[in-house]
Amino acid sequence: MFKIVAKEHFSENVVKLVVEAPLIARSRKPGHFVIVRATEGGERIPLTIADSDPYKGTITLVVQQVGVSTRKICALEAGDSLEDVAGPLGKATHIENAGTVVCCGGGVGVAPLLPIIKAMKQAGNRVVTVLAARTKNLVILEKEVAPWSDEVIIMTDDGSYGTKGLVTEGVESVINREKVNLVVTIGPAVMMKFVALLTRKYNVPTMCSLNTIMVDGTGMCGACRVTVDGKTRFVCIDGPEFDAHKVDFEEMIMRLKAYN
Amino acid sequence: MSTENSCRDASWRAELRGAMNAKERAAIPRVKMPELDAAYRVTTCSEEVNQGISEEQAVLEATRCMDCPDPQCVSGCPVHIDIPGFIKNIQRGDFSAAAATLRLSSALPAVCGRVCPQEKQCESRCIYHKMKKEPVAIGYLERFAADTDRLSGKTAATKAEPNGIKVAVAGSGPAGLSFAGDMAQRGFEVTVFEALHEIGGVLKYGIPEFRLPNEIVDSEIETLKALGVTFVKDCIIGKTIPCEELAGMGFKGLFVASGAGLPRFMGIPGENLIGIMSSNEYLTRVNLMGAGRNDSDTPVCHGKTAAIIGGGNTAMDSVRTARRMGAERAMVIYRRSEEEMPARIEEVRHAKEEGVEFLTLHNPVEYLGDERGHVRAMRVQRMELGEPDESGRRAPVAIEGAIEEIPVDMVVVSVGVSPNPLIPDSVAGLNVSRRGTIEVNESTMESSVAGLYAGGDIVRGGATVILAMGDGKRAAAAMAESLLSRLTTA
Repeated sequence: MFKIVAKEHFSENVVKLVVEAPLIARSRKPGHFVIVRATEGGERIPLTIADSDPYKGTITLVVQQVGVSTRKICALEAGDSLEDVAGPLGKATHIENAGTVVCCGGGVGVAPLLPIIKAMKQAGNRVVTVLAARTKNLVILEKEVAPWSDEVIIMTDDGSYGTKGLVTEGVESVINREKVNLVVTIGPAVMMKFVALLTRKYNVPTMCSLNTIMVDGTGMCGACRVTVDGKTRFVCIDGPEFDAHKVDFEEMIMRLKAYN
Repeated sequence: MSTENSCRDASWRAELRGAMNAKERAAIPRVKMPELDAAYRVTTCSEEVNQGISEEQAVLEATRCMDCPDPQCVSGCPVHIDIPGFIKNIQRGDFSAAAATLRLSSALPAVCGRVCPQEKQCESRCIYHKMKKEPVAIGYLERFAADTDRLSGKTAATKAEPNGIKVAVAGSGPAGLSFAGDMAQRGFEVTVFEALHEIGGVLKYGIPEFRLPNEIVDSEIETLKALGVTFVKDCIIGKTIPCEELAGMGFKGLFVASGAGLPRFMGIPGENLIGIMSSNEYLTRVNLMGAGRNDSDTPVCHGKTAAIIGGGNTAMDSVRTARRMGAERAMVIYRRSEEEMPARIEEVRHAKEEGVEFLTLHNPVEYLGDERGHVRAMRVQRMELGEPDESGRRAPVAIEGAIEEIPVDMVVVSVGVSPNPLIPDSVAGLNVSRRGTIEVNESTMESSVAGLYAGGDIVRGGATVILAMGDGKRAAAAMAESLLSRLTTA
């Protein structure tokens, strides 16, 4: 059992949970995820680690209600426990001083982006963060990313906050005004697909982090397979990060609907 | 009950041998395993097909055994169980002595009695073959002795005197459990780390309950707990705890038994369509996650027309599960002929009784999807057998132009597994083969990293429960000797 020590609502459907998991808190790196099972009889689902505190022995998860399991997790309160938390899984993000890095996140994808933003800044990069959401109250973690970003650009679909427009417009405005060496994108598959299409046009290397359907998360089942550069890869052990220009997003979007 | 007086020279055994001549023994027909009716059993995932033999049947079957002076069955057993010894104990009615004899060589007799390919091992060497008769039903008797002993509740595990040395095990499948039991009996303080949320590895996620009920596995685990073994779930060695940190936690040795957890796909067009999955995924969803049960949130594809690709035991487990989960047409697609099929004969027979179709000499070449990306058909290539290949089996060769299309809405790919890369990737200096298996000294099971031993499918690539168990035993013997000798020389 893994105790929830704090819970915060980011919006109606998005919660932040701080969970006791001392071993994971100690060994995790940016890019890693965990497999969570909320209750006995629950599904095993992957959630990317947004943050950790090795001294307190906690990890931070940001969860959006989309299905049965995430609804169960979001309904838990501080003091309750998650039945199982296993990790850290996946390959850690390759962090280097690339120059200028644009980190763009949409919706709940901003949570796994946060540790990468931090690490990129600490590695000496100029970091421009683009946060996108449908509307103002769905913009999350703005306060947390700010200290690690040289600039934060907010994009909302309805213009209720920041600039009106899509995440791609925010990224494009940066590419148009300065040399960008790397783009990191995490968010809904369709968003990453359009970011990849944009940056390919400008020939900017782009890394994405994929969140697919998984069961065990350790390479055993193959439910998470995606096509990258024409080859089948497993997100859980070969990823979750891949060259966004080589990912077959159409197939990934289709496979995400396997149980809809 | 005692195993010491179970040797062949013991007077009681000589007496049993003298009581009946070979001709009379050979006249007794081999016992038939009582089975659930096929029409009924396809409606249940959890009820075991083989019901087990009765006490009378067991004693009579044990009487068939000639108690040979040079029993070949023992050399056919990968862990060299004293087969005549346990069988003759059954004949004289001392079932707990029979179970104790089994336990001397096997940590999981109730499991092996159910899932071992006896027809290729012990039973294949039985003297009865020379007499053109059916071999002694060693597997059924093993299961009988282990089950009877378990249900009697009399076998209390006796904890060994602790020696204060801590050892770690990565993985709680057959290799890990066997190692843990042997080390605990030698007085070591054993901790088994399991990545999943259930203990038992492939015995839980892979082998279905209609072949191996979970309660059998759980009871073996309880026995190990009583011996003092500690189990930690949700803990991935190499990830949650880096291997190099184990020493700092006081562990003097590590046995890696992380299994063959990386399914292979064929790499043919359309293989990533929805409804196509590995046998590992399908069986894990149903067996471990309980998909289809009311108390489970895990979904699974319920195909009406299911094709399972492959001819091994995992393919049989998958196709029989598909029947039980509602497939009206369930097919095994195998590129060689039935003769080359690696699955146990009993599993093939059970599958056929349950209405499974066998499309042998067929090989999928492409999957076709509908507008939602769901598989709707497969194109299969007809094959014929050519010259033997490196495996010694006749190689399947495509018959040019003989391609047909078969409608399917679910496909389970069961063409083998590769070793799980998590631990091999996380230990510096570990020698790993090109196939990804950990390389070990075959007699000690020690790897190129001192103190790191390995066994089971992470070494073999994909083998049986009994071979994995044998590895666990050998590794335990070698690690114990190495650690204890250091203790005395220190």
